[in-house]
Amino acid sequence: MIEISDLWFDYDGFPVLRGVSLKIELGEVVAIMGENGAGKTTLIRHFNGLLKPKRGYVKVFGVDTREATVAELSRRVGLVFQNPDHQLFAETVFDEVAFALKNFGFPEDVIERRVEWVLKMLDLYDLKDRSPFSLSGGERKRVAIASILSYDPDIIVFDEPTVGQDYGQKERLAQLIKLLKSQSKIIVVVTHDVEFVAENFPRVVLLSKGRVIADGSTRRVLTDEKLIRRANLLLPQVTQVAKHLVEFGVPGDLMWVSEIRGAILKVLGRGCT
Amino acid sequence: MPIIRVKGLSYRYPGSSRTVLKNITLNIDEGEYVVITGPSGCGKTTLCRCFNGLIPHFYGGNLEGEIIVNGFPVKETSTSTLAQYVGMVFQEPESQLFLLSVEREVAFGLENLGLPREEIVKRVDEALKLVGISHLRDRAPHELSGGEQQKVALAACIAMQPKILVLDEPTANLDPISAVNILNLLQSLRNKLGVTIILVEHRLEAVASVADRFIVMNDGMIVSDGDPRDVLSSTNIEGLGVGVPKVIQLYKDLKRRNVIFNLVPLTPKEVKACLMEVLEFD
Repeated sequence: MIEISDLWFDYDGFPVLRGVSLKIELGEVVAIMGENGAGKTTLIRHFNGLLKPKRGYVKVFGVDTREATVAELSRRVGLVFQNPDHQLFAETVFDEVAFALKNFGFPEDVIERRVEWVLKMLDLYDLKDRSPFSLSGGERKRVAIASILSYDPDIIVFDEPTVGQDYGQKERLAQLIKLLKSQSKIIVVVTHDVEFVAENFPRVVLLSKGRVIADGSTRRVLTDEKLIRRANLLLPQVTQVAKHLVEFGVPGDLMWVSEIRGAILKVLGRGCT
Repeated sequence: MPIIRVKGLSYRYPGSSRTVLKNITLNIDEGEYVVITGPSGCGKTTLCRCFNGLIPHFYGGNLEGEIIVNGFPVKETSTSTLAQYVGMVFQEPESQLFLLSVEREVAFGLENLGLPREEIVKRVDEALKLVGISHLRDRAPHELSGGEQQKVALAACIAMQPKILVLDEPTANLDPISAVNILNLLQSLRNKLGVTIILVEHRLEAVASVADRFIVMNDGMIVSDGDPRDVLSSTNIEGLGVGVPKVIQLYKDLKRRNVIFNLVPLTPKEVKACLMEVLEFD
Protein backbone atom coordinates (compact mmCIF):
# COMPACT_ATOMS: atom_id res chain seq x y z
CA MET A 1 0.00 0.00 0.00
CA ILE A 2 0.91 3.66 -0.35
CA GLU A 3 0.77 5.99 2.63
CA ILE A 4 1.43 9.68 2.20
CA SER A 5 1.44 12.03 5.15
CA ASP A 6 1.69 15.83 5.02
CA LEU A 7 3.87 15.77 1.91
CA TRP A 8 5.46 19.08 0.92
CA PHE A 9 7.58 19.63 -2.16
CA ASP A 10 8.95 22.64 -4.04
CA TYR A 11 11.09 23.23 -7.11
CA ASP A 12 13.69 25.86 -6.13
CA GLY A 13 11.34 27.42 -3.61
CA PHE A 14 8.35 27.29 -6.00
CA PRO A 15 5.84 25.26 -3.95
CA VAL A 16 4.14 22.43 -5.83
CA LEU A 17 2.81 20.12 -3.11
CA ARG A 18 1.49 21.69 0.09
CA GLY A 19 0.67 19.09 2.69
CA VAL A 20 -0.76 16.15 0.72
CA SER A 21 -2.05 13.19 2.74
CA LEU A 22 -3.38 10.09 1.04
CA LYS A 23 -3.74 6.34 1.57
CA ILE A 24 -4.17 3.78 -1.18
CA GLU A 25 -4.70 0.08 -0.43
CA LEU A 26 -3.92 -2.98 -2.53
CA GLY A 27 -6.63 -3.69 -5.11
CA GLU A 28 -7.62 -0.04 -5.39
CA VAL A 29 -8.01 1.81 -8.67
CA VAL A 30 -7.63 5.55 -8.17
CA ALA A 31 -7.76 8.48 -10.57
CA ILE A 32 -5.77 11.58 -9.66
CA MET A 33 -7.19 14.65 -11.35
CA GLY A 34 -6.63 18.38 -11.19
CA GLU A 35 -5.70 21.44 -13.23
CA ASN A 36 -2.49 21.80 -15.25
CA GLY A 37 0.26 22.47 -12.74
CA ALA A 38 -1.80 21.17 -9.76
CA GLY A 39 1.09 18.89 -8.75
CA LYS A 40 -0.23 15.54 -10.03
CA THR A 41 2.94 14.42 -11.78
CA THR A 42 5.10 15.72 -8.93
CA LEU A 43 3.01 13.64 -6.52
CA ILE A 44 3.35 10.34 -8.39
CA ARG A 45 7.08 10.84 -8.85
CA HIS A 46 7.30 10.42 -5.09
CA PHE A 47 5.85 6.90 -5.33
CA ASN A 48 9.04 5.33 -6.67
CA GLY A 49 11.43 7.75 -5.00
CA LEU A 50 12.30 9.80 -8.10
CA LEU A 51 11.46 12.77 -5.88
CA LYS A 52 11.87 12.79 -2.11
CA PRO A 53 9.63 14.76 0.27
CA LYS A 54 10.92 18.10 1.56
CA ARG A 55 8.57 17.59 4.51
CA GLY A 56 6.27 14.75 5.55
CA TYR A 57 6.75 11.20 4.29
CA VAL A 58 5.80 8.71 1.60
CA LYS A 59 5.74 5.03 2.56
CA VAL A 60 5.40 2.24 0.02
CA PHE A 61 4.59 -1.10 1.63
CA GLY A 62 5.83 0.39 4.88
CA VAL A 63 9.18 1.53 3.45
CA ASP A 64 9.96 5.24 3.72
CA THR A 65 11.00 6.34 0.22
CA ARG A 66 13.85 8.40 1.66
CA GLU A 67 15.41 5.20 2.96
CA ALA A 68 15.27 3.24 -0.30
CA THR A 69 16.86 3.66 -3.74
CA VAL A 70 14.84 4.29 -6.88
CA ALA A 71 16.02 0.90 -8.16
CA GLU A 72 14.66 -0.91 -5.10
CA LEU A 73 11.36 0.94 -5.21
CA SER A 74 10.98 0.49 -8.97
CA ARG A 75 10.84 -3.27 -8.58
CA ARG A 76 7.47 -2.81 -6.86
CA VAL A 77 6.33 0.52 -8.33
CA GLY A 78 6.12 0.85 -12.10
CA LEU A 79 5.70 4.37 -13.39
CA VAL A 80 4.52 4.93 -16.95
CA PHE A 81 5.54 8.44 -17.93
CA GLN A 82 3.40 10.98 -19.70
CA ASN A 83 5.88 11.37 -22.55
CA PRO A 84 6.97 7.90 -23.68
CA ASP A 85 10.15 9.32 -25.22
CA HIS A 86 11.49 9.83 -21.70
CA GLN A 87 11.36 6.10 -21.24
CA LEU A 88 12.16 4.50 -24.57
CA PHE A 89 15.67 3.81 -25.80
CA ALA A 90 16.04 0.25 -27.17
CA GLU A 91 16.42 -0.69 -30.83
CA THR A 92 13.31 -2.80 -31.09
CA VAL A 93 9.97 -2.89 -29.35
CA PHE A 94 10.76 -6.40 -28.12
CA ASP A 95 14.09 -5.34 -26.54
CA GLU A 96 12.44 -2.33 -24.99
CA VAL A 97 9.84 -4.43 -23.24
CA ALA A 98 12.35 -7.14 -22.30
CA PHE A 99 14.88 -4.69 -20.83
CA ALA A 100 13.65 -4.50 -17.25
CA LEU A 101 13.08 -8.26 -17.13
CA LYS A 102 16.68 -8.86 -18.22
CA ASN A 103 17.85 -6.33 -15.69
CA PHE A 104 15.98 -8.08 -12.92
CA GLY A 105 17.62 -11.36 -13.99
CA PHE A 106 14.62 -13.34 -15.24
CA PRO A 107 15.44 -16.49 -17.28
CA GLU A 108 15.22 -16.23 -21.10
CA ASP A 109 12.10 -18.39 -21.50
CA VAL A 110 10.19 -16.38 -18.91
CA ILE A 111 11.23 -13.18 -20.66
CA GLU A 112 10.05 -14.51 -24.03
CA ARG A 113 6.69 -15.55 -22.63
CA ARG A 114 6.05 -12.40 -20.63
CA VAL A 115 7.00 -10.06 -23.47
CA GLU A 116 4.86 -11.95 -25.95
CA TRP A 117 1.91 -11.89 -23.55
CA VAL A 118 2.13 -8.19 -22.83
CA LEU A 119 2.71 -7.20 -26.49
CA LYS A 120 -0.34 -9.16 -27.57
CA MET A 121 -2.43 -7.67 -24.81
CA LEU A 122 -1.52 -4.15 -25.89
CA ASP A 123 -1.92 -4.87 -29.58
CA LEU A 124 1.78 -4.37 -30.27
CA TYR A 125 2.86 -7.87 -31.25
CA ASP A 126 3.03 -7.12 -34.98
CA LEU A 127 5.38 -4.23 -34.24
CA LYS A 128 7.82 -6.22 -32.07
CA ASP A 129 10.76 -5.89 -34.48
CA ARG A 130 10.22 -2.20 -35.24
CA SER A 131 12.18 0.62 -33.64
CA PRO A 132 10.09 2.32 -30.95
CA PHE A 133 10.99 5.64 -32.52
CA SER A 134 9.43 4.73 -35.85
CA LEU A 135 6.02 4.29 -34.20
CA SER A 136 3.16 6.75 -33.78
CA GLY A 137 2.72 8.65 -30.52
CA GLY A 138 -0.10 6.36 -29.41
CA GLU A 139 1.89 3.23 -30.21
CA ARG A 140 4.98 4.50 -28.36
CA LYS A 141 2.79 5.17 -25.38
CA ARG A 142 1.61 1.55 -25.38
CA VAL A 143 5.20 0.32 -25.66
CA ALA A 144 6.04 2.36 -22.56
CA ILE A 145 3.11 0.72 -20.75
CA ALA A 146 4.20 -2.74 -21.93
CA SER A 147 7.75 -2.23 -20.67
CA ILE A 148 6.40 -1.63 -17.16
CA LEU A 149 3.72 -4.35 -17.10
CA SER A 150 6.22 -6.96 -18.26
CA TYR A 151 7.98 -7.11 -14.88
CA ASP A 152 4.76 -7.29 -12.92
CA PRO A 153 5.11 -4.53 -10.29
CA ASP A 154 2.56 -4.35 -7.44
CA ILE A 155 1.83 -0.70 -7.99
CA ILE A 156 1.34 0.67 -11.48
CA VAL A 157 1.13 4.39 -12.01
CA PHE A 158 0.02 5.82 -15.35
CA ASP A 159 0.59 9.47 -16.13
CA GLU A 160 -2.01 10.55 -18.72
CA PRO A 161 -2.35 7.16 -20.44
CA THR A 162 -5.30 8.15 -22.64
CA VAL A 163 -3.54 11.05 -24.35
CA GLY A 164 -3.30 10.36 -28.08
CA GLN A 165 -5.26 7.11 -27.76
CA ASP A 166 -8.36 6.51 -29.84
CA TYR A 167 -11.60 5.17 -28.44
CA GLY A 168 -10.82 1.51 -29.08
CA GLN A 169 -7.43 1.80 -27.40
CA LYS A 170 -9.02 3.51 -24.42
CA GLU A 171 -11.47 0.63 -24.13
CA ARG A 172 -8.54 -1.79 -24.12
CA LEU A 173 -6.78 0.30 -21.49
CA ALA A 174 -9.92 0.13 -19.33
CA GLN A 175 -9.96 -3.66 -19.71
CA LEU A 176 -6.30 -3.78 -18.81
CA ILE A 177 -6.93 -1.78 -15.65
CA LYS A 178 -9.73 -4.17 -14.70
CA LEU A 179 -7.41 -7.11 -15.25
CA LEU A 180 -4.70 -5.54 -13.10
CA LYS A 181 -7.26 -4.81 -10.41
CA SER A 182 -8.32 -8.45 -10.40
CA GLN A 183 -4.68 -9.27 -9.61
CA SER A 184 -4.99 -7.06 -6.49
CA LYS A 185 -2.57 -4.46 -7.71
CA ILE A 186 -2.72 -0.78 -6.94
CA ILE A 187 -3.47 1.23 -10.06
CA VAL A 188 -3.08 4.98 -9.97
CA VAL A 189 -3.91 6.99 -13.06
CA VAL A 190 -3.24 10.68 -13.52
CA THR A 191 -5.66 11.98 -16.11
CA HIS A 192 -7.79 14.86 -17.33
CA ASP A 193 -10.11 12.54 -19.15
CA VAL A 194 -13.33 13.04 -17.22
CA GLU A 195 -15.34 10.68 -19.44
CA PHE A 196 -12.78 7.89 -19.04
CA VAL A 197 -12.78 8.29 -15.25
CA ALA A 198 -16.59 8.44 -15.01
CA GLU A 199 -16.80 5.09 -16.78
CA ASN A 200 -13.93 3.22 -15.20
CA PHE A 201 -12.81 4.51 -11.81
CA PRO A 202 -14.45 4.04 -8.41
CA ARG A 203 -12.33 6.63 -6.58
CA VAL A 204 -11.08 10.09 -7.49
CA VAL A 205 -8.50 12.23 -5.72
CA LEU A 206 -8.81 15.87 -6.75
CA LEU A 207 -5.72 18.03 -6.49
CA SER A 208 -5.69 21.78 -6.82
CA LYS A 209 -2.71 24.07 -6.31
CA GLY A 210 -0.78 21.38 -4.49
CA ARG A 211 -3.53 20.34 -2.09
CA VAL A 212 -6.07 17.51 -2.00
CA ILE A 213 -9.43 19.26 -2.31
CA ALA A 214 -11.52 16.09 -2.56
CA ASP A 215 -11.03 12.35 -2.19
CA GLY A 216 -13.97 10.01 -2.54
CA SER A 217 -16.32 8.11 -4.82
CA THR A 218 -16.22 9.15 -8.45
CA ARG A 219 -19.92 9.91 -8.48
CA ARG A 220 -19.66 12.22 -5.50
CA VAL A 221 -16.56 14.05 -6.73
CA LEU A 222 -17.15 14.30 -10.48
CA THR A 223 -20.77 15.46 -10.23
CA ASP A 224 -19.96 18.26 -7.76
CA GLU A 225 -19.84 21.30 -9.99
CA LYS A 226 -18.06 23.59 -7.51
CA LEU A 227 -15.26 21.12 -6.83
CA ILE A 228 -14.86 20.35 -10.49
CA ARG A 229 -14.55 24.03 -11.38
CA ARG A 230 -11.86 24.57 -8.76
CA ALA A 231 -9.76 21.86 -10.38
CA ASN A 232 -10.33 23.24 -13.90
CA LEU A 233 -12.29 20.15 -14.92
CA LEU A 234 -15.64 19.79 -16.64
CA LEU A 235 -18.55 17.69 -15.47
CA PRO A 236 -18.97 14.45 -17.43
CA GLN A 237 -21.20 15.22 -20.41
CA VAL A 238 -24.02 13.01 -19.09
CA THR A 239 -23.90 14.88 -15.77
CA GLN A 240 -24.14 18.17 -17.68
CA VAL A 241 -27.26 16.89 -19.41
CA ALA A 242 -28.69 15.73 -16.08
CA LYS A 243 -28.11 19.15 -14.49
CA HIS A 244 -29.91 20.79 -17.42
CA LEU A 245 -32.88 18.53 -16.73
CA VAL A 246 -33.12 18.95 -12.96
CA GLU A 247 -36.41 20.86 -13.35
CA PHE A 248 -37.94 17.67 -14.78
CA GLY A 249 -36.96 15.77 -11.64
CA VAL A 250 -33.83 14.21 -13.14
CA PRO A 251 -31.16 13.60 -10.45
CA GLY A 252 -28.10 15.80 -10.96
CA ASP A 253 -25.53 13.09 -10.24
CA LEU A 254 -25.98 10.81 -13.25
CA MET A 255 -22.76 9.83 -15.09
CA TRP A 256 -23.67 7.14 -17.59
CA VAL A 257 -25.64 7.18 -20.84
CA SER A 258 -27.78 4.29 -19.60
CA GLU A 259 -28.79 6.34 -16.54
CA ILE A 260 -29.73 9.50 -18.40
CA ARG A 261 -31.57 7.50 -21.02
CA GLY A 262 -33.66 5.87 -18.28
CA ALA A 263 -34.32 9.25 -16.67
CA ILE A 264 -35.46 10.81 -19.94
CA LEU A 265 -37.77 7.90 -20.74
CA LYS A 266 -39.26 8.37 -17.28
CA VAL A 267 -39.80 12.09 -17.92
CA LEU A 268 -41.61 11.11 -21.11
CA GLY A 269 -43.67 8.59 -19.17
CA ARG A 270 -42.35 5.70 -21.18
CA GLY A 271 -41.26 3.57 -18.23
CA CYS A 272 -37.90 2.07 -17.68
CA THR A 273 -37.14 0.15 -20.85
CA MET B 1 -12.60 29.70 -52.08
CA PRO B 2 -10.55 26.61 -51.22
CA ILE B 3 -7.29 27.52 -49.49
CA ILE B 4 -6.26 23.88 -49.57
CA ARG B 5 -6.87 21.61 -52.56
CA VAL B 6 -5.92 17.97 -52.41
CA LYS B 7 -6.44 15.77 -55.45
CA GLY B 8 -5.75 12.05 -55.77
CA LEU B 9 -3.24 12.08 -52.91
CA SER B 10 -1.54 8.79 -52.07
CA TYR B 11 1.50 8.42 -49.87
CA ARG B 12 3.98 5.87 -48.51
CA TYR B 13 6.70 6.63 -45.96
CA PRO B 14 10.24 5.78 -47.14
CA GLY B 15 11.18 2.15 -46.59
CA SER B 16 7.55 1.18 -45.97
CA SER B 17 5.31 -0.78 -48.29
CA ARG B 18 2.14 0.43 -46.59
CA THR B 19 0.13 3.13 -48.36
CA VAL B 20 -0.94 5.40 -45.50
CA LEU B 21 -2.96 7.82 -47.62
CA LYS B 22 -5.09 6.36 -50.39
CA ASN B 23 -6.32 8.54 -53.18
CA ILE B 24 -7.54 11.42 -51.03
CA THR B 25 -9.41 14.29 -52.63
CA LEU B 26 -10.40 17.20 -50.45
CA ASN B 27 -10.98 20.95 -50.55
CA ILE B 28 -10.84 23.13 -47.48
CA ASP B 29 -12.23 26.67 -47.73
CA GLU B 30 -10.55 29.71 -46.31
CA GLY B 31 -11.88 30.36 -42.81
CA GLU B 32 -13.28 26.87 -42.26
CA TYR B 33 -12.93 25.19 -38.85
CA VAL B 34 -12.34 21.54 -39.70
CA VAL B 35 -11.90 18.63 -37.32
CA ILE B 36 -10.15 15.53 -38.62
CA THR B 37 -10.62 12.39 -36.57
CA GLY B 38 -10.35 8.62 -36.88
CA PRO B 39 -8.66 5.68 -35.18
CA SER B 40 -4.91 5.74 -34.53
CA GLY B 41 -2.94 4.96 -37.64
CA CYS B 42 -5.75 6.10 -39.97
CA GLY B 43 -3.46 8.65 -41.65
CA LYS B 44 -4.74 11.91 -40.15
CA THR B 45 -1.35 13.09 -38.84
CA THR B 46 0.25 12.10 -42.14
CA LEU B 47 -2.33 14.13 -44.05
CA CYS B 48 -1.58 17.18 -41.88
CA ARG B 49 2.13 16.83 -42.58
CA CYS B 50 1.31 17.31 -46.27
CA PHE B 51 -0.27 20.71 -45.59
CA ASN B 52 2.99 22.34 -44.51
CA GLY B 53 5.30 20.37 -46.77
CA LEU B 54 6.94 18.23 -44.07
CA ILE B 55 5.75 15.59 -46.47
CA PRO B 56 7.48 15.20 -48.89
CA HIS B 57 10.33 17.63 -48.14
CA PHE B 58 11.38 16.35 -44.70
CA TYR B 59 9.99 12.81 -44.60
CA GLY B 60 10.63 11.89 -48.24
CA GLY B 61 8.71 8.80 -49.31
CA ASN B 62 6.46 8.26 -52.28
CA LEU B 63 3.85 10.94 -52.92
CA GLU B 64 1.31 10.84 -55.74
CA GLY B 65 -1.36 13.36 -56.57
CA GLU B 66 -1.59 17.07 -56.02
CA ILE B 67 -1.64 19.34 -52.95
CA ILE B 68 -2.07 23.08 -53.36
CA VAL B 69 -1.90 25.24 -50.24
CA ASN B 70 -2.69 28.94 -50.47
CA GLY B 71 -1.94 28.71 -54.20
CA PHE B 72 1.43 26.97 -53.80
CA PRO B 73 1.95 23.45 -55.11
CA VAL B 74 3.44 21.78 -52.03
CA LYS B 75 5.74 19.46 -53.98
CA GLU B 76 7.53 22.43 -55.58
CA THR B 77 7.43 24.84 -52.62
CA SER B 78 9.98 24.98 -49.82
CA THR B 79 8.85 24.34 -46.26
CA SER B 80 10.14 27.77 -45.25
CA THR B 81 7.81 29.45 -47.76
CA LEU B 82 4.87 27.31 -46.64
CA ALA B 83 5.70 28.04 -42.99
CA GLN B 84 4.75 31.68 -43.56
CA TYR B 85 1.17 30.63 -44.24
CA VAL B 86 0.77 27.36 -42.36
CA GLY B 87 1.37 27.15 -38.62
CA MET B 88 1.65 23.76 -37.02
CA VAL B 89 1.16 22.73 -33.39
CA PHE B 90 2.05 19.16 -32.52
CA GLN B 91 0.87 16.69 -29.92
CA GLU B 92 4.10 16.80 -27.93
CA PRO B 93 5.05 20.41 -27.34
CA GLU B 94 8.45 19.48 -25.92
CA SER B 95 9.67 18.55 -29.36
CA GLN B 96 8.92 22.11 -30.43
CA LEU B 97 10.35 24.10 -27.51
CA PHE B 98 14.06 24.65 -27.02
CA LEU B 99 14.77 28.16 -25.72
CA LEU B 100 15.38 29.42 -22.20
CA SER B 101 12.33 31.57 -21.67
CA VAL B 102 8.74 31.52 -22.83
CA GLU B 103 9.10 35.03 -24.22
CA ARG B 104 12.16 34.11 -26.28
CA GLU B 105 10.40 31.00 -27.49
CA VAL B 106 7.42 32.96 -28.79
CA ALA B 107 9.70 35.63 -30.32
CA PHE B 108 11.97 33.15 -32.09
CA GLY B 109 9.98 32.66 -35.29
CA LEU B 110 9.34 36.41 -35.57
CA GLU B 111 13.03 37.21 -35.24
CA ASN B 112 13.71 34.76 -38.06
CA LEU B 113 11.24 36.65 -40.23
CA GLY B 114 13.37 39.75 -39.62
CA LEU B 115 10.50 41.83 -38.23
CA PRO B 116 11.27 45.15 -36.48
CA ARG B 117 11.71 44.94 -32.70
CA GLU B 118 8.55 46.88 -31.78
CA GLU B 119 6.47 44.61 -33.99
CA ILE B 120 8.00 41.54 -32.34
CA VAL B 121 7.32 42.87 -28.84
CA LYS B 122 3.74 43.70 -29.78
CA ARG B 123 3.02 40.33 -31.35
CA VAL B 124 4.60 38.40 -28.46
CA ASP B 125 2.50 40.35 -25.94
CA GLU B 126 -0.66 39.72 -27.92
CA ALA B 127 0.00 36.02 -28.40
CA LEU B 128 0.81 35.46 -24.71
CA LYS B 129 -2.33 37.31 -23.71
CA LEU B 130 -4.57 35.47 -26.19
CA VAL B 131 -3.42 32.09 -24.91
CA GLY B 132 -3.54 33.26 -21.29
CA ILE B 133 0.10 32.73 -20.32
CA SER B 134 1.43 36.28 -19.85
CA HIS B 135 2.39 35.30 -16.29
CA LEU B 136 4.73 32.60 -17.61
CA ARG B 137 6.76 34.87 -19.90
CA ASP B 138 10.01 34.67 -17.92
CA ARG B 139 9.78 30.98 -17.03
CA ALA B 140 11.85 28.30 -18.76
CA PRO B 141 9.66 26.16 -21.07
CA HIS B 142 11.25 22.89 -19.94
CA GLU B 143 10.22 23.62 -16.33
CA LEU B 144 6.55 24.01 -17.20
CA SER B 145 3.86 21.35 -17.04
CA GLY B 146 2.83 19.58 -20.23
CA GLY B 147 -0.31 21.67 -20.54
CA GLU B 148 1.53 24.94 -20.06
CA GLN B 149 4.10 23.89 -22.66
CA GLN B 150 1.31 23.22 -25.10
CA LYS B 151 0.06 26.77 -24.62
CA VAL B 152 3.57 28.13 -25.25
CA ALA B 153 3.78 26.18 -28.52
CA LEU B 154 0.40 27.55 -29.55
CA ALA B 155 1.37 31.13 -28.67
CA ALA B 156 4.57 30.80 -30.72
CA CYS B 157 2.45 29.65 -33.63
CA ILE B 158 -0.21 32.35 -33.32
CA ALA B 159 2.44 35.09 -33.13
CA MET B 160 3.44 34.20 -36.69
CA GLN B 161 -0.11 35.10 -37.83
CA PRO B 162 -0.52 32.16 -40.20
CA LYS B 163 -3.47 31.92 -42.60
CA ILE B 164 -3.88 28.24 -41.80
CA LEU B 165 -3.40 26.69 -38.38
CA VAL B 166 -2.91 22.92 -38.29
CA LEU B 167 -3.10 21.43 -34.81
CA ASP B 168 -2.46 17.79 -33.99
CA GLU B 169 -4.31 17.05 -30.75
CA PRO B 170 -3.35 20.38 -29.23
CA THR B 171 -5.53 19.89 -26.16
CA ALA B 172 -4.38 16.36 -25.38
CA ASN B 173 -2.26 17.46 -22.43
CA LEU B 174 -4.56 20.20 -21.20
CA ASP B 175 -7.06 20.11 -18.37
CA PRO B 176 -10.63 20.29 -19.72
CA ILE B 177 -11.20 23.98 -18.97
CA SER B 178 -7.89 24.97 -20.59
CA ALA B 179 -8.82 22.72 -23.51
CA VAL B 180 -12.18 24.43 -23.97
CA ASN B 181 -10.47 27.82 -23.73
CA ILE B 182 -8.06 26.86 -26.50
CA LEU B 183 -10.88 25.54 -28.70
CA ASN B 184 -12.83 28.77 -28.19
CA LEU B 185 -9.68 30.77 -28.89
CA LEU B 186 -9.29 28.93 -32.19
CA GLN B 187 -12.90 29.73 -33.01
CA SER B 188 -12.36 33.42 -32.33
CA LEU B 189 -9.17 33.45 -34.45
CA ARG B 190 -11.32 32.06 -37.21
CA ASN B 191 -14.18 34.50 -36.63
CA LYS B 192 -12.06 37.65 -36.21
CA LEU B 193 -9.13 36.99 -38.52
CA GLY B 194 -10.52 34.40 -40.90
CA VAL B 195 -7.81 31.92 -39.99
CA THR B 196 -8.46 28.44 -41.38
CA ILE B 197 -8.36 25.90 -38.57
CA ILE B 198 -7.55 22.23 -39.12
CA LEU B 199 -7.71 20.28 -35.90
CA VAL B 200 -6.85 16.62 -35.37
CA GLU B 201 -8.70 15.36 -32.33
CA HIS B 202 -9.90 12.16 -30.64
CA ARG B 203 -11.94 13.69 -27.86
CA LEU B 204 -14.95 15.00 -29.70
CA GLU B 205 -17.18 16.20 -26.82
CA ALA B 206 -15.78 19.71 -26.82
CA VAL B 207 -15.05 20.19 -30.52
CA ALA B 208 -18.41 19.00 -31.82
CA SER B 209 -20.09 22.32 -31.16
CA VAL B 210 -17.30 24.64 -32.35
CA ALA B 211 -16.30 23.08 -35.68
CA ASP B 212 -18.01 23.72 -39.04
CA ARG B 213 -17.04 20.42 -40.50
CA PHE B 214 -15.96 16.93 -39.43
CA ILE B 215 -13.80 14.61 -41.50
CA VAL B 216 -13.48 11.00 -40.36
CA MET B 217 -10.63 8.94 -41.75
CA ASN B 218 -10.02 5.22 -41.63
CA ASP B 219 -7.23 3.19 -43.19
CA GLY B 220 -5.88 6.09 -45.24
CA MET B 221 -9.25 7.11 -46.66
CA ILE B 222 -11.96 9.64 -45.88
CA VAL B 223 -15.05 7.71 -44.77
CA SER B 224 -17.27 10.60 -43.74
CA ASP B 225 -17.10 14.34 -44.38
CA GLY B 226 -19.66 17.02 -43.59
CA ASP B 227 -21.66 18.81 -40.91
CA PRO B 228 -20.72 17.52 -37.42
CA ARG B 229 -24.34 16.52 -36.73
CA ASP B 230 -24.56 14.39 -39.85
CA VAL B 231 -21.10 12.86 -39.49
CA LEU B 232 -21.37 11.98 -35.80
CA SER B 233 -24.81 10.42 -36.15
CA SER B 234 -24.05 8.53 -39.36
CA THR B 235 -23.80 4.77 -39.34
CA ASN B 236 -20.65 5.00 -41.51
CA ILE B 237 -18.47 5.70 -38.52
CA GLU B 238 -19.86 3.04 -36.18
CA GLY B 239 -17.37 0.36 -35.27
CA LEU B 240 -14.40 2.48 -36.30
CA GLY B 241 -13.37 3.29 -32.75
CA VAL B 242 -14.39 6.94 -33.01
CA GLY B 243 -15.26 8.35 -29.59
CA VAL B 244 -18.76 9.60 -30.34
CA PRO B 245 -19.84 12.18 -27.72
CA LYS B 246 -22.22 10.97 -25.03
CA VAL B 247 -25.02 13.29 -26.20
CA ILE B 248 -24.90 11.60 -29.61
CA GLN B 249 -24.91 8.14 -28.02
CA LEU B 250 -27.93 9.24 -26.03
CA TYR B 251 -29.63 10.53 -29.18
CA LYS B 252 -29.09 7.19 -30.92
CA ASP B 253 -30.17 5.18 -27.86
CA LEU B 254 -33.39 7.15 -27.56
CA LYS B 255 -34.07 6.86 -31.26
CA ARG B 256 -33.86 3.08 -30.97
CA ARG B 257 -36.57 3.38 -28.33
CA ASN B 258 -38.72 5.54 -30.60
CA VAL B 259 -37.92 8.86 -28.95
CA ILE B 260 -36.99 10.93 -31.98
CA PHE B 261 -35.32 14.32 -31.52
CA ASN B 262 -35.72 16.57 -34.54
CA LEU B 263 -32.08 17.66 -34.27
CA VAL B 264 -28.91 15.71 -33.54
CA PRO B 265 -27.81 17.41 -30.30
CA LEU B 266 -24.17 18.45 -29.94
CA THR B 267 -24.42 19.92 -26.43
CA PRO B 268 -26.30 19.18 -23.19
CA LYS B 269 -28.28 22.37 -23.74
CA GLU B 270 -29.48 21.10 -27.11
CA VAL B 271 -30.57 17.85 -25.47
CA LYS B 272 -32.82 19.87 -23.21
CA ALA B 273 -34.27 21.85 -26.12
CA CYS B 274 -34.92 18.63 -28.03
CA LEU B 275 -36.59 17.03 -25.05
CA MET B 276 -38.86 20.04 -24.53
CA GLU B 277 -39.99 19.82 -28.14
CA VAL B 278 -40.84 16.15 -27.74
CA LEU B 279 -42.76 16.96 -24.56
CA GLU B 280 -44.77 19.69 -26.31
CA PHE B 281 -45.53 17.40 -29.20
CA ASP B 282 -46.73 14.71 -26.80
